[in-house]
Formats: sequence, structure tokens, C-alpha cells
Amino acid sequence: MLIFEHSHEGRASNAQLSAEVPMPASLPASALRTSKPLLPEVSEMQVVRHFTRLSQKNFSIDTHFYPLGSCTMKYNPRACNTLASLPEFTGRHPLGPSLHGQGFLACMFELQEMLKEVTGMKAVSLSPAAGAQGEFAGVAMIKAYHDSRNDTARCEILVPDAAHGTNPASAVMCGYKVREIPTGKNGDVDLEALKKAVGPHTAGIMLTNPSTLGVFDRKIKDIADTVHQAGGLLYYDGANLNAILGKVRPGDMGFDVIHMNLHKTFSTPHGGGGPGAGPVGVSERLKPYLPVPMIAQKGETYVLIDEQDCPQTIGRMSAFAGNAGVLLRAYIYAKMLGREGMSRVADYATLNANYLLKRLMAVGYQAAYPDRRATHEFILTLKKQAKEHNVTAMDVAKRLLDYDFHAPTTYFPLLIAECLLIEPTETEAKETLDGFIDTMAIILEEAKTDGAMLKQAPYKLPVRRLDDVKAVKQLDVVWTNKEESA
Amino acid sequence: MSNTPDDRKYAESHEWALLEDDGTIRVGITDHAQELLGDLVFVELPQVGQSVGKGEECSVVESVKAASDIYSPISGEIIAINESLEDEPEMINHAPYEDGWIFIVQPIDPNELDELLDDEGYQAFIDED
Repeated sequence: MLIFEHSHEGRASNAQLSAEVPMPASLPASALRTSKPLLPEVSEMQVVRHFTRLSQKNFSIDTHFYPLGSCTMKYNPRACNTLASLPEFTGRHPLGPSLHGQGFLACMFELQEMLKEVTGMKAVSLSPAAGAQGEFAGVAMIKAYHDSRNDTARCEILVPDAAHGTNPASAVMCGYKVREIPTGKNGDVDLEALKKAVGPHTAGIMLTNPSTLGVFDRKIKDIADTVHQAGGLLYYDGANLNAILGKVRPGDMGFDVIHMNLHKTFSTPHGGGGPGAGPVGVSERLKPYLPVPMIAQKGETYVLIDEQDCPQTIGRMSAFAGNAGVLLRAYIYAKMLGREGMSRVADYATLNANYLLKRLMAVGYQAAYPDRRATHEFILTLKKQAKEHNVTAMDVAKRLLDYDFHAPTTYFPLLIAECLLIEPTETEAKETLDGFIDTMAIILEEAKTDGAMLKQAPYKLPVRRLDDVKAVKQLDVVWTNKEESA
Repeated sequence: MSNTPDDRKYAESHEWALLEDDGTIRVGITDHAQELLGDLVFVELPQVGQSVGKGEECSVVESVKAASDIYSPISGEIIAINESLEDEPEMINHAPYEDGWIFIVQPIDPNELDELLDDEGYQAFIDED
């Protein structure tokens, strides 16, 4: 039920208003509206109940296991939120003088330093406001680098077919042509195909490692050498660093530029389209092009450095210096973990993923790469179930909702037919994982005995199976008053 | 089980190419491809008059699951497009080999067709997967 449908003529939330409301100065008739504004007429308590009920219908990390692969739905520690909400932070005006925000700038400077350390890059800018913007900044720096050397024949960015869909989009936004590199049978990039594809037209390659296939590319050194020898640069899509934190660093693998989704790896709230943070890190040769502003330390004080200090910068990514609230939460999270905690994140993220993978295989599911060790996530393929029982990955995903689990990512990456991409994260307990495995086993049994039932799932949610096609072709999210329009 | 007619040739990227009586080549995607993609909701057609190389992407189909590039199985010039797909992309799901065709190419070298798979070859290719 929409809040408009609770509306009752003349009802209002006026408990806080004084009895005598002063009327505004009289307005000319031409400025007065003739019809009432299209707002629900409801009491304050109706509003509270309406939105509380809506929130209870939601799946969230605070209420459910949420193994949404590639999205890293891990627990967001409350302390990060509490500390980042201190009035000294929230009350700071972004245009205020640096001297009045030394505490905040000190945190941001330290965050830059920590991200340098954890990625092995030489410098970091925090300003990109989300992952896709970080990617754009990264590719723009690659372009600025080639342009500054008058190396303008480099018009192509190589993108493995297992990459995040945003990678080719970012390359195109920067004016590059995209060439796809196939994946070999074992999930690694097809090195021979890569060797054939590189040349004087290669500006760079965009790579995710571990890849979206849930495996770590073992030939990363050969890939880096191949691209560098052709004069191209290496871009690391650091959307998700959970499996490598404190274990291996993109800078050491030979990457020239990286973006990091702090809202994933560094555990800030995300998933609702809310603010993200996509800082970029670079190798020595890309330092001059980093987006501004950045934070520097001059003696005892912290200052913002801008275009005057960095004349070759690609410019600004956002109005100020990035999403301050998200950056602060990530800083506090990193501070709480410390160096040892970081590598424990990787230990448990991979342990949980491998435990789930092995046990789901044992109950009868097929892994896309059964011989490979999982990273922080892994892929099941339901090709067999689709063929034998006409039960698809989507049917299993929808059925999981009936059992109070958020569904894994479905049909991504596109390379694997009927796939579920599962990422448990390091913050889940073994009992939760066991509960998920038991449920997956029940659903597999249901697929064998009553596939038709699965095709209609979910049964227990406020809405039943949604019509995906209609949602795309006839999207209608505007409420209209049926009585009035009738 | 998907259907693979024997009157045409196939690319490993799941397009079919049908040689018409007038020497032009009609192109669409296979039954197997539409099955994998699921319900189609959008087709981005190439431009009439556009030249395409063999294996070059020239069109996009989008389903509720995925967006997928369509590669021309042959080099030449696009001389016709199936405009009815703009309103009814689901035609590709219903009739991938007939009303669901996507574009027609005037080939530069019709012999390029010989490099494609025949129906048995394509069927073997998708069975292996």
C-alpha cells in the first residue's frame, strides 16, 4: 500500500504547529495555486508506521545473510557510523579554511597513506565519488599520460570478457575503443590472445584480479609484462579487495593505476544507490595526473592541494573532496582493523568462500571452476539442473527468498551459463553458512522432485514472481489518483 | 533442445547467416542464443548503409538478464534492418530464424560464408559447451 492510499482529506501532521499559525503575507492571485498540492494527507503516526512496515519487508545485511557476489555485503560496524557522525565532523563546512578542519584533514591524509600502503601504489587521491567515477578517473589518467608524451596513436583499451561491465563503459567514456580479450578454459586470461591483441595502438588493459570468475589470475606477471612491453598501462579494477587485503598488492603485481570501492572492501553502507567512494591510486609515472584536491602535510598542518600544485591534474571529480562521510567511515574501519586485521579479512573472506564452495559441491551443485580455489567469491552453474529439470538459476534465487536468504548474484558474469555468483564475506559465522548450505540442499531436492513449484517462487514475500519483461518495457512508478483521473 | 536449421551457416558467436536468392545475406541470432539470453526487451539495430567487417560488432540485443553484442558474420554493407524489432524485440524469442531476423548484408565476398560452421558443426559446438 502506498502512503497516498492512506490519505484522508483534511488530515495533517500538525502536532508540532502552534495553534495560531501566522498566515504568509498576502500573495497576488496569479501566484496562488488553484488545486491542492499532490501530497498524502496523513498523520505523523501513519507516516511512521508506513515506513517502518516498508523497512520490515526489506532484505538487508542487518537482518539477513546477503551473499550477493561482487557486491561484498558485509557487516558495517556501528562504531564507524557513530564516530563519523560526531558533530565536529558533520558540522564542518567544506568551504571553511583548512585550519578549522585539521582533525578531518588529518584523518583523510592518513586514509590516503593507508590506501597507499595496502595497495602498494605511490600516491592516492580520495576525490572520486564512486567506483565508476574512479574508473573514469583512472582511464583519464592513462589518456593524459599518453597525450603528454604525444603518443596519441594509442586508441584501444583491452578488457577481458570476465571484466565488470563498467570497465568497457569507462573506456568508451574516455574516448577509447574497447577490444575484448577472451578467457581461457581454466578462468585465467587467454595469454596467447592477449599477445596477439597488444601493439602500438594499445593504451592499456583494465583487469580485475581476482577476476569476476572468482579466481586469482596466476599469470598476472606475464600479463603485466606483455602490456608494458607494448607500451600500454595496467589498470586494476579494485572494486573488491577482500581476498587480497594484506596478502598481495596491485602495485607489486605491476599495475599503474587502481580504483578502490571503499564502500565494499572498507565496509561502508551501500547497496541502495547511496553515496560511495572510489579513490584512485597510481604508480610513479601517473602521479602528476591524479584528480584534485588531495591532502598534504606541510610541517605540522594539513592542507588541500589543488590545480596550482598539480598543473597536469585531470581535474576535479566532485564539488569538494569526495564523499566525506563515506571516507571517514572507511578510515575508522581501517583504523579499527589495523595491519593484522586487514590480512584477517582476507583469511576469513576466502575461508568462508571456500568452505561454502566445497560443501555446496558436496550436496550436489556444480562449480564453474571446480579445480580452482575460490577467492572471496565463487560461481555455481545450474546448467545441469536447467537441462534435466528445467530449473534455472533465477528459480533457485527466487526460492532462496522464501527461506529468508537474500539471493546471490544471478547471470553475472555473462560467460557462465545459468550462474550464481556467491560471496559470503568474512563477517558471517559458520552457523549462518551451514544454514545456507542446508537450504541450498533442500532447494536442489525440490528442483528434482517438484521443479514446477520452483518456477512460481517466491511464495512467502509481499509480492510474488515479478514480471521482468513488463518492468523493462512498461515501467510505471508514478502514482496517479485514480479517483481524480477517472 | 534448441533448433538448428540446415539451410544456413553459423558463427561461434551465435549468429546465423542465410544466403538469399539475390545474393544478399540475412542475419539473426540462433535459437540457442535466444534461449540463453531469455526474454529480449531491446534491440539496437545497425544503420542502413553502414559498412561492417566480418566479426565486427554492429548491433546489441538486451534481455532481462544481459546485454549482448551481435557480430556481423560477413563483411559488406548493411542494406536492410528489421525495424519491427524496435517495438517487438520478443520476435527474436518467438521466431529467431524467420520474423526475428536482425539485418541484411550485401556481402563483399560471399565466399566468406564458407568459413562459418554448418548446422552440424554449430550443433556440435554448442553441445560441447
